[in-house]
Amino acid sequence: MTMNMTRRVVMAAAAVTLAFTNPAAADGHQVMDEINFLIPGGAGGGWDGTARGTGEALMGAGLIGNASYENMSGGGGGVAIAHLIENADSLQNTMMVNSTPIVIRSLTGVFPQSFRDLTLVAGTIGDYAAIVVNTDSDIMSMDDLLAAYRADGMAFAVGGGSVPGGLDHLVAASVMQAAGEDPTAFNYIPYDAGGAAMAGLLSGEIRALSTGFSEAVVLAEQGEVRILGVTSPERVPAFADAPTMMEQGLDTTFVNWRGFFAAPGLPDDKLAMMQDAIAKMYDTPEWEEVRARNGWVNIYNNGDDFRAFLEAQETEIGDLMKTLGFL
Amino acid sequence: MLEGIFIGLEAAFSVKNILMVVAGCLIGTFIGMLPGLGPMSIIAIMIPVAITLGDPAAALILLAGVYYGAIFGGSTSSILLNAPGVAGTVATSFDGYPMARKGQAGKALTIAAVASFAGGTIGAILLMIFAPALSSVALLFHSAEYFALMVVGLSAIAAFAGTGQVAKALMMTILGLILATVGEGALFNMPRFTMGMMDLQSGISFITLAMAMFALPEALFLVLNPARGASNAEGGSNKITNLRFSRAEGRAMLPVIGRQSVQGFFIGVLPGAGATIASFLGYAVERNLAKGEEQAEFGKGSVKGLAAPETANNAACTGSFVPLLTLGIPGSGTTAILLGALIALNVTPGPRLMTDTPEIFWAVIISMFIGNLVLLVLNLPLIPYIAKILSIPRNYLIPFILFFTLMGAYIGQNNATELLMLVGLGIMATIFRFADYPLAPLLIGFILGTMLEDNFARSMQLYRGLDFILQRPMTLGLLILAAFLVLLPSYRARRARKRAEGVADGD
Repeated sequence: MTMNMTRRVVMAAAAVTLAFTNPAAADGHQVMDEINFLIPGGAGGGWDGTARGTGEALMGAGLIGNASYENMSGGGGGVAIAHLIENADSLQNTMMVNSTPIVIRSLTGVFPQSFRDLTLVAGTIGDYAAIVVNTDSDIMSMDDLLAAYRADGMAFAVGGGSVPGGLDHLVAASVMQAAGEDPTAFNYIPYDAGGAAMAGLLSGEIRALSTGFSEAVVLAEQGEVRILGVTSPERVPAFADAPTMMEQGLDTTFVNWRGFFAAPGLPDDKLAMMQDAIAKMYDTPEWEEVRARNGWVNIYNNGDDFRAFLEAQETEIGDLMKTLGFL
Repeated sequence: MLEGIFIGLEAAFSVKNILMVVAGCLIGTFIGMLPGLGPMSIIAIMIPVAITLGDPAAALILLAGVYYGAIFGGSTSSILLNAPGVAGTVATSFDGYPMARKGQAGKALTIAAVASFAGGTIGAILLMIFAPALSSVALLFHSAEYFALMVVGLSAIAAFAGTGQVAKALMMTILGLILATVGEGALFNMPRFTMGMMDLQSGISFITLAMAMFALPEALFLVLNPARGASNAEGGSNKITNLRFSRAEGRAMLPVIGRQSVQGFFIGVLPGAGATIASFLGYAVERNLAKGEEQAEFGKGSVKGLAAPETANNAACTGSFVPLLTLGIPGSGTTAILLGALIALNVTPGPRLMTDTPEIFWAVIISMFIGNLVLLVLNLPLIPYIAKILSIPRNYLIPFILFFTLMGAYIGQNNATELLMLVGLGIMATIFRFADYPLAPLLIGFILGTMLEDNFARSMQLYRGLDFILQRPMTLGLLILAAFLVLLPSYRARRARKRAEGVADGD
């Protein structure tokens, strides 16, 4: 209840500040007139939430004059990428949101393009991955989990909310690899969404679940699941009870990033404006509001850093997928 | 618990929250009437509004109102235009549309409204009494049982086989199952049957196929076959706008509504099932329970055939709040978005929600009673005006249907290729109709196909073979029930034929 009260006060204060400072802000430090967000999936998904949240914060903070959104689903994001490339000249104010799957899907050839065919704006937020078990389970740590797996073999089913070769599977496989096990040998059970996979875990159909950390925290706070390990380099302050994989001797880290891309051949001044707007956004209360509401972790990766990060992730995921036989 | 209910009552009846219910229901029911915009997209659009309210109870009351309001309004386009906008109202068109064609659009809309109201209200009562205890029921089903449940759902096609078209209905079901395999499945890393086309990567969209199978051929049929279109005005506009159903029809509906609100609710509680499965199962079960002439009426404008899916889908929608609120598990895309909104408002659904923030838990449930009442009061007076759409002359009505069909297919995806697919599939469907093949089994096969395959493959992988059928008694039970539902009608038909022959011999 106290939480709610504080929250309401903060919101009201934010609303008041917004009302009074907005016109001034628009004159003062507006960086761009407008940004059109291209969302490669339908309304309500993770990409949609990221684009709309970012647009809301940029506009609220007066960094841009106007934000518009265009949902374009199809081809696992490939339709939107092709659209951005084909119409590059007329899409100079467009930023496309995307995330780790752009790396995976261009590796598997779902679409012919890769991040190299686009202008890299910035990586903005991320979420770590986690391995969780039911609270009733007698598995208390990653060591216990590996012992149970070694004892039961194929009967020890690990689930996830993605296809084999997708995010959740890759995380589980890299954990197995770090533990010295054959990453292709364990029984991975795919579900079509994180929610369905979580239901599978709670119903006892699977013994462990590979999932997003923020999704896991929600259920861990309610006492429904136990987080055995998180793929962050250090413990995450938002839920410090969860041990990392690293501290349990499993040398693996992973972050599922989300970020923005622009049309190929975008003029440097335009790109600089987009990056400037995003860089300034992190310090605004409007962004903090959006970020906290969604439980996102800030990871700011600009231009060349972003490229280096993506290339490293591509190598890492590519190697793992080759080991798993998906490439 | 009683104390919680009182806190909830107090919160739900505050002026602000009553306004939220009314606003949510209004928005939901009106947008729900348009094909193409399902509850999922409406809620996604409403979330920023709800979050700025700052009050989690009010926000959830608003969004829940939009959700069941959209399910409530969704039946309108199914009944009037044969254009089901969401999968949950496909079964509504089986009998709702024939009824409207007979000139009883007003009656059909009234029955749908009353059945929805009853389903939603009885669902809310069950939710209030059993929600805390039901969280374990929600986890009762494993993939094996979901697979068996989908098989039971497929047996709904038996309803279309009764008319001497068994082979045709089966062929269309299989075609639907085949269409469902197009695209990147949940279980395979590779796209299937996309012929290298990027637009097929995510599969054929439900809304495009539904419009192509039902609404588009209907419009084309009206153009190609003027004689059939004439029956539009058959009953005259007085009959179209007449809301009344007879006392006998009311009596026939009563047990259907009673059974389906309970059955629908429990299917809704299962996170892997939901409103669509509930409506198909409701339809199949009620058809099998109906006797003789009443059974023959199904598919031709049966009162029971309309009331069953309408009750079941609304009850299931209410039931889906059980896993959402008591476990924090979303059973559908729509409830996943609701979950996101709750977390954004600092409310974490789960076992502790009821003890930590009883005012939210109970206020939302109690607001559902108010909401269903609001929907009924709001919709009944409007029915005569909505039903009048059908008395528009054909040369204006057909472009109107075409406009809504094309818009429906485009709006969800923002992809012009959908329009080409819609027209291509629509022409195919029109040819099927001329050849007298039933199209509903195709759509049922398509909707259930993905879930059927995913759950089957998952069970196979978990048990490394088909052992799950024998090792899980509930799976076996459901599969036997499905066989029974499919075989019973033909057994009955044969017995009736034999008896008739016997009488003839006796003469």
